[in-house]
Amino acid sequence: MQLARVIGTVVATVKNESLQGRKLLVVQTLDRHLKESGKPMVAVDSVGAGVGELVFWCRGKEASFPFKREDTPTDCTIIGIVDSEAHVTNE
Amino acid sequence: MILARVVGNIVATQKNIRYQNARVMLCQQITPEGEDTSYTCLALDSVDSGVGDTVLIVQEGWGASTAATGKAGAAIDSAIVGVVDRIDLLAEQR
Repeated sequence: MQLARVIGTVVATVKNESLQGRKLLVVQTLDRHLKESGKPMVAVDSVGAGVGELVFWCRGKEASFPFKREDTPTDCTIIGIVDSEAHVTNE
Repeated sequence: MILARVVGNIVATQKNIRYQNARVMLCQQITPEGEDTSYTCLALDSVDSGVGDTVLIVQEGWGASTAATGKAGAAIDSAIVGVVDRIDLLAEQR
């Protein structure tokens, strides 16, 4: 799991049936100081996140577990919204 | 498993239901010599670790989910499964 900022949305009309009704968001992964790290990628939303929010995502097969249809083809899913930047403590 | 240092934690009210009562820790991967790498990640705590601890993080879904929530099949890909007391290395690798 890693921290990320939602920086955009993706619209895809033609997609796998299991992705019907799912929100696709562009996320930029952040490091522990909330600075950008790596390239942006597309994640499926499972918690109602929106553009601008600080979130965290889960990778791999586990990314499909929040959905009823476990065959949902995703390898990156947003599974939590961080309350605020102040809620990220750092030594 | 990777070696990491716990550097903080995060609070999220809106999260996957299986994360209820879990502590989400912010971790920085380190080398065996104790130097920071550029990789940071979040991991669920299963061993009462705290900020500053050197820990072992398992990055595989079944093990992470079972360790952190007691059951497999949650959307969890990383869990802290041990607090490292010490690391011994061969002299030539130090």
